[in-house]
Amino acid sequence: MTTETTSKKFNIDTVEHAEQTPEQPLPWAELGLKENEYDRVVEILGRRPTAAELAMYSVMWSEHCSYKSSKVHLRQFGDKVTEEMKEHLLVGIGENAGVVDIGDGWAVTFKVESHNHPSFVEPYQGAATGVGGIVRDIISMGARPVAVMDPLRFGAIDHPDTPRLVHGIVSGIGGYGNSLGLPNIGGEVVFDSVYQGNPLVNALAVGVLRHEDIRLANASGVGNKVVLFGARTGGDGIGGASVLASESFDDAKPSKRPAVQVGDPFAEKVLIECCLELFKNSIVEGIQDLGAAGISCATSELASNGDGGMHVELTNVLLRDPSLTPGEILMSESQERMMAVVTPENVAAFEAIMDKWNVEYSWLGEVTDTGRLIIEWDGEKIVDVDPRTVAHDGPVYERPYSRPVWLDGVQADSFSAEAPTDLRAAVLELMASPNMCSKDWITNQYDRYVQGNTALAMPDDAGVVRVDEETGLGIALSTDANGRYSYLNPYDGARLALAEAYRNVATSGAKPMAVTDCLNFGSPEDPEVMWQFAESVRGLADACQELGVPVTGGNVSLYNQTGGVAIHPTPVVGVLGVFDDVARRTPSGWREDGQAIYLLGTTRNELDGSEWANLRGHLGGQPPALDLDAEKTLAAILVNSSRDGMIDAAHDLSEGGLAAALSEAALRFGVGARIGIDELCERDGIDPFTALFSESQARAIVSVPRSEEVRFNDMCTARNFPRIRIGVVDAENDALDVQGHFTLPLAELKEAHEATLPKHFG
Amino acid sequence: MTIETPLIGHSAAEVVDESLSGVRVGVVTFPGTLDDRDALRAVRIAGGTGVQLWHGDHDLKDVDAVIIPGGFSYGDYLRAGAISRFAPLMEQITAAASGGSLPVLGICNGFQVLTEAHLLPGSMVKNNHLHFLCKDQRLLVENSSTAWTSSYGEGSEIVVPLKNQDGQFVADERTLDELEGEGRVVFRYVGGNPNGSRRDIAGITNEHGNVVGLMPHPEHAVEPGFGPDSSAFGEVEVRGGVDGLGIFTSVLQKLVNK
Repeated sequence: MTTETTSKKFNIDTVEHAEQTPEQPLPWAELGLKENEYDRVVEILGRRPTAAELAMYSVMWSEHCSYKSSKVHLRQFGDKVTEEMKEHLLVGIGENAGVVDIGDGWAVTFKVESHNHPSFVEPYQGAATGVGGIVRDIISMGARPVAVMDPLRFGAIDHPDTPRLVHGIVSGIGGYGNSLGLPNIGGEVVFDSVYQGNPLVNALAVGVLRHEDIRLANASGVGNKVVLFGARTGGDGIGGASVLASESFDDAKPSKRPAVQVGDPFAEKVLIECCLELFKNSIVEGIQDLGAAGISCATSELASNGDGGMHVELTNVLLRDPSLTPGEILMSESQERMMAVVTPENVAAFEAIMDKWNVEYSWLGEVTDTGRLIIEWDGEKIVDVDPRTVAHDGPVYERPYSRPVWLDGVQADSFSAEAPTDLRAAVLELMASPNMCSKDWITNQYDRYVQGNTALAMPDDAGVVRVDEETGLGIALSTDANGRYSYLNPYDGARLALAEAYRNVATSGAKPMAVTDCLNFGSPEDPEVMWQFAESVRGLADACQELGVPVTGGNVSLYNQTGGVAIHPTPVVGVLGVFDDVARRTPSGWREDGQAIYLLGTTRNELDGSEWANLRGHLGGQPPALDLDAEKTLAAILVNSSRDGMIDAAHDLSEGGLAAALSEAALRFGVGARIGIDELCERDGIDPFTALFSESQARAIVSVPRSEEVRFNDMCTARNFPRIRIGVVDAENDALDVQGHFTLPLAELKEAHEATLPKHFG
Repeated sequence: MTIETPLIGHSAAEVVDESLSGVRVGVVTFPGTLDDRDALRAVRIAGGTGVQLWHGDHDLKDVDAVIIPGGFSYGDYLRAGAISRFAPLMEQITAAASGGSLPVLGICNGFQVLTEAHLLPGSMVKNNHLHFLCKDQRLLVENSSTAWTSSYGEGSEIVVPLKNQDGQFVADERTLDELEGEGRVVFRYVGGNPNGSRRDIAGITNEHGNVVGLMPHPEHAVEPGFGPDSSAFGEVEVRGGVDGLGIFTSVLQKLVNK
C-alpha cells in the first residue's frame, strides 16, 4: 500500500476555485449559520466563501464566540462604569480576562466561564476542559494561575441521570484541576430539576502577575513569526462553539459527542510552566490561547488586534490525525494549544524553552501589514479575508423581548404555608436538604492545599489566597447566584447575586474590588428568555455601579434549554476582594468559649423563593428586598472589624437564613452556642420560624471577643447599623441550643448535614 | 536555564533555627510536579537552604539531602512514577541513596517514584473508594530513628494533609511482614484508613533509614495560617497546624550534627 503525501489528498477549495464556481452550494446551515448571515459573508467577500472561510465565519459568528444576541445588552457593563470604578482596572472587558491592580505592583486577573453543553454530553471531559480553557485565558494575560472555583448546578438529586453528571463533572474538575496544581478554593453546588437536561458547569480561574508582565492578544511587528505550540491538533471539538454551545438540546437530533473536546491536564501543566518561562524571558510579543473556534479564533483575533495582517501556511500545523481537512483544522477545539508572536531574534530562545519542556511547536507564518488574513494550503490560497470581519464584525441582533405573561401570576403567589410547629425538625430537614447539606463529598475530591497559599477555602464564605509571601497581601473570591430569585424577578435576582458575592467577600474580611460574571440563560430566540436576559444584565450593571465594583470580563451561555423548557435565569457573579494581609481573614465558624454572637441587619418576613419554600415545593412571590446602601455599610463593618481585630468569626446570611448560618458556624469547628431569638422577634416584629428561615438580605452573624464588645457596638452605632446580641459561644456543651425552642446536639446536626451526598452518590 | 518561578518571594514565616542554613536540600522538579515550591518553602521555614533540581540534569548540585515532591509527574500516565524513575537525575539519586548515605524523602508522587525506582518496596494503587481524596489526616509516627523523623518522639501523632488519587499502599504479605518486623513502617494512619492501604501503612523507610516515602504531605503543615485546622499537639489557630515541620527539621539537624 502506498501513502500519498498529505497535500493533494483533498479537493482543496481555493480562493481561485471559489471565484470560478460562484454557484457551488455550501453547507452553511449545517455549520450553524443563518441564511442572512451567509448572505452577509458573501457580501463581505464579494464572492462565495471557500470551504475554509465558511468554517471560520461559522464558528466565529456563532452565538458563543460573537455574542451576537447579548452584545447590545452587555454594553451596559462598559457604559455604567464610572471613572472612579476604573481606578484599579488595568485591563477591562474585551481581552482574555480583566486585570485588577491590588497594590505593591501586583495585579490579579480572573474570569468565570461556562462549559455547560459539553458537560451534559460528556460530563468528565466537558468539565475537565472547562477548567483547562479558563486557565489558559489566565495564562494568556501573562499571569501564573493560583486558584480555581467551580459553581455547579445539577438536576434533581434523586433523578436517575443525576449521578452520571455529578460523578463525571466532579471527577472531571478534580482530575484536571488537581493535576495542574491549582487549589480549588470554593464554588457552589445547587440541585434543581430545572437543570436536569442542562446542568451548569461554570469554572473560575484567578492568576497573579506583576504590572509590567501583562500580555495582550495582538500580532504586531511586520515580519514577526507566528507559532502554534502545545498539543497537536486533532478531530475533537469540531463545531463545539457553534453546533454544540449555540443551540438548544433536542431529543430528535443525534448526539453531539464528537463536538466535545478531550483534555490532557499534564500537557496543560507543562504548557503553564513553559509559558511562564517565555514571559519571564520576554520571548513573546503577543499570545492567545486556543479555545472556542481554535485556530480560526486565534489567527483572526491576533491579526485584527495588531497590525492587521497575517500570512499562515496551514499544512505546518502538527496533527494528531493526518486526515483532517483544512476546514476541520481551522475549527478544531483540541485543548492545550497556544499561539504566539515572536520576533525573528527570539526564535532560537523560544525553541530552546520548548525543547526544555518537551513541548511541540510549529512555525505557521508571519505578521504582515496587508490588512488581510491569508491562509495557504501547500502554497494555494484557501483563506483571504479581512480578519476584523471574522473576529469583530459578526452579526449583532436586537432580539425581540417581552415580559413573560405568566410572571404576574407567579409574583402574586406568595408563600403562605403554615409555619412548622417543630422547629428542631425543620432545622434538621433544612440542613440535610440537597442545597444546604455539606458539600464535603464533592470538595474533598479537590486539592485545596497545593501552592501553600490557601488561607481559607470551602466551606468558608470566600476562598482566600496569599499573593505576596513577604507582606501577606492577598485576595478573596466568592461566586454566587440564585436561579429561583432570578426566575421570580430577573432584575432583582442579578442584583441579589452580586450582593451576596460582595457580602461573602466582605465577610471574609476583604475589600470587594471587581466582578466577573457568567450569564446562563435559555434560548435568546424566545422573547421571554431574552427579556430575562436583558433584565438581568440591566440589574447587574446597575448594582455594580451602585456598589462601585466594575465588571472586568466574563461569559454568556445561552441556549441552556431542552425543547421548549429553559433553565431558570442564572447569572453567576464572582466578586474579587483584596486583603492587605491574609493573616487577618475571618473564618466562618467560632471557636472561643464565651464570645458574644451578634446578628447584624434586619429580619423581615421574606420566605418567597427561599430554601424553605423550595423544600415545600413552592416558587412564587418576590425575592427578598435589596438595599445596596445597607450592603455597603455591612461590608464596611465586616472589613473594619477584621482589620481592627474586633471579630473572630463571621458568616453571611443567605439561603436558609439564620438557621443555616448558625448551624454552619457551629459545625465549622464543632463548637456549640447558646442562642436566644425572642428579643430579635420582638424588635423586628416576626415569629421564631421567620427569624430562623427568612432570607432577608444585608445580614451576617459575627462572634466578638468580650474585650471587643464595646468597641464593636460603638462602631455599629456610629454607622447606624442594626445589630443585636443573640447569644454566646458555648464550647462546653456540644450543641446548638436555641433557648426556649430546641436543642440540637452537634453530632446529630453533623450527621444529618453530611449524610445527604454520600447517600446519593457515595 | 533556571526553573525558578517569578511569583514566590521569601516567606515572612519565622525560620526555626538559623544555624541550619548551611544544609542544602534539593527538590526535584519533573514535568507535572506540583508541590515542588511548597517543599522548597518547607525547607526554608525549617531553616535549611532549598536547591531546585531539574529531572533532566545529571548534577545533584552538592546537595546534602533530596526531596522528591508530590504532583502528577508525566501525568501519572502508564503508572504513577513509572516514567519518572528513568529520569537522568534519578540515576544519581538512586546511586547516592541506596548505600545508605544520601537522605531522600518521597512525598506522595515522590513516594510512588521511589517504589518504582526500587529504593522502597511495595507500590501504590488507586484508592479503594476510587476518588481523589483531600483531607487532614492523623498519623502515628512509629519510627523516629530515620533521617526524616528524629525530631518526633517515638509513638507521637501528627496531623498533615493527605491528597491523592493513587494512595493505596500494597505489597505482598512477606514484604509487609518484613517491614513490620524490621520496624520500617514509619507512619501509620490513625482514626480510619483513608484509602485501603495494607495494614494502615502511610509511610515506610529502607533498611538504612535514609530513604523515607509517605503519601500524606508534611510540607503543607509547616506554616501557621496555611496548614490544617488541627494539630495532634493541642489547640491551634485557624489553619494553624504545623505538625509536618519536624520532618524537615529532622533531616537538617541530622546533617548539621553529622
